[in-house]
Amino acid sequence: MSLYLPKKSRLPFLALSVMVLTVILGPFLFPPSYALPGAMTYAPPSLAHLCGTDLNGRDLLLRILEGGRISLLVGICGAAISLLIGTSYGLVAGSARTGIDQGMMRVVDILYSVPRLIFILIFINSFNERLQLTASAHGWDWLVGSSRLVILILSLGIIEWLTMARIVRGQTLMLRERSYVAAARVLGEGYWTILWRHLLPNLAGIVLVYLTLAIPSVIIDEAFLSFLGLGVQAPQSSWGSLLSEGATSINPLRGAWWLLLFPSLALLTTLLALYNLGDALRRSIGAKGN
Amino acid sequence: MLRRLASMLIVLFCVVSITFFLIRLSPGGPFDAERKIPAAIEKQLLAKYKLDGPILTQYTGYLGDLLHGDLRLSTKYRNRSVNEILAQTLPVTLTLGSAAFLLAVLAGLWFGAFAAARPGSITESMALALTLVSISLPSFVLGPLLILIFSIKLAWLPVGGWGTLQQLILPSITLAIPFASVIARLLHDSLRETLVEDFIRTARSKGLSEVRVIYGHALRVAILPVVSYLGPLAANLLTGSIVVETIFHIPGAGGFFVNSILNRDGFLLGGVVIVYCVLLMIFNLIVDLSYRLLDRRIKS
Repeated sequence: MSLYLPKKSRLPFLALSVMVLTVILGPFLFPPSYALPGAMTYAPPSLAHLCGTDLNGRDLLLRILEGGRISLLVGICGAAISLLIGTSYGLVAGSARTGIDQGMMRVVDILYSVPRLIFILIFINSFNERLQLTASAHGWDWLVGSSRLVILILSLGIIEWLTMARIVRGQTLMLRERSYVAAARVLGEGYWTILWRHLLPNLAGIVLVYLTLAIPSVIIDEAFLSFLGLGVQAPQSSWGSLLSEGATSINPLRGAWWLLLFPSLALLTTLLALYNLGDALRRSIGAKGN
Repeated sequence: MLRRLASMLIVLFCVVSITFFLIRLSPGGPFDAERKIPAAIEKQLLAKYKLDGPILTQYTGYLGDLLHGDLRLSTKYRNRSVNEILAQTLPVTLTLGSAAFLLAVLAGLWFGAFAAARPGSITESMALALTLVSISLPSFVLGPLLILIFSIKLAWLPVGGWGTLQQLILPSITLAIPFASVIARLLHDSLRETLVEDFIRTARSKGLSEVRVIYGHALRVAILPVVSYLGPLAANLLTGSIVVETIFHIPGAGGFFVNSILNRDGFLLGGVVIVYCVLLMIFNLIVDLSYRLLDRRIKS
């Protein structure tokens, strides 16, 4: 595959690269005092604090960049997990006998119309403590601090695979009728070999496109969970948790608009870039929407 | 039809079991968060809420009570049964949900048709960009923004609460806008494909106005993807209403749901989940039937 990007996807791709680089490298440029609670609480944007400060006097821009690391991490890892599940499920369904295929797709239909996020809320809550207990019993210190994040990524991956499964299954149904698959079968290649060597490589394009479209849904889900206080928790922060802080500080007494505006802008730019990138790529390979 | 009903029952059974075991097998009981209580009292409490004995007995007991329509007692809101709580809060959530549902469908259809009727124009791309923006804006950002503009600055509508028609407007708009955008995009894409077909050319050559062509002829065919989105839409609205109820201080089932997770209030949690799932399944059944009806009319 060459690195050629279709014309309409160049701008979103550029915006996305800039965003990722700033989020990764940006926090190193700040003096260490900016991350600590300070005396200047709720300071509006100024030259010293470009996006103002939050209720503890921390620099908002720094928090947005650090939150972006978490949001993007959750988005990318969650989408990757959903890709793994969705692709294998769709591939198996699309290449199986009609009865099995229909049964498997019926499950997907049912899952689509069940409030999945609600189950995930329960799942996160009950497994988080279990994981924390296990982690501290085994002395896995790194896991104790970030167990919630790990659970969050896993569970978001578990719920966002449905669209991927549908797309991959549809594509597999089409590909299995191609002559090279028939040729492979005639040559005596096994089921799994055909899946792995012939179908999967031809699915790579469409899977990548839907990966770009799955990342924003995972990021939005994460924001939803964080708003309810069941997602990323302090001291870590994500765009979702920053936004929920900002949303609660909009009231008649104190119009700390910057706490809402700047995290929204960060989230909005990233999501729009991802949607547009995915859309442009989808059009360029001639795939239809679901 | 019978097969559908059977599969609904199976799904419901899975939902109940998964919820039950997720809650009961997580470490910590419902009475752990409070101050230490003597062992004898705790034993009595557990017996009152039927949380004693081996887990499997508890499970079968719970299933039995469910079959009798008893969702049991809440362990947090003492002496109130889950049935009572749901009877009070569910109508609120359902009113909000239905208002948002209607709004999302009507606004989405209109906006999608509006965009698709202007192929290749700047208006079309602007409209599509607008839908993308509103899909990307979480409702807990949109809600406070609308409150800031319409309640605080303009003082047209109340900030929150529940009971009057005015108090329904902002929450249902907040809840509906992202899904209206999804519907608009779905309809736009399928209308664009439909509008180049032969029967549309025939309709146009008969001299019909563009409005009649789109709403009278093209929409009937192009609406099918939207109809199959209605099921997921209802599920998303129920999930989304949790957030909207929090923002606008609406006493619906969503707030109780979040609290019941934090309080380990297992039976309340289970009750909300079960009732939500039953509602969604019934709704999906209706959608499925109407889809078949629509589909048949087109084929014939």
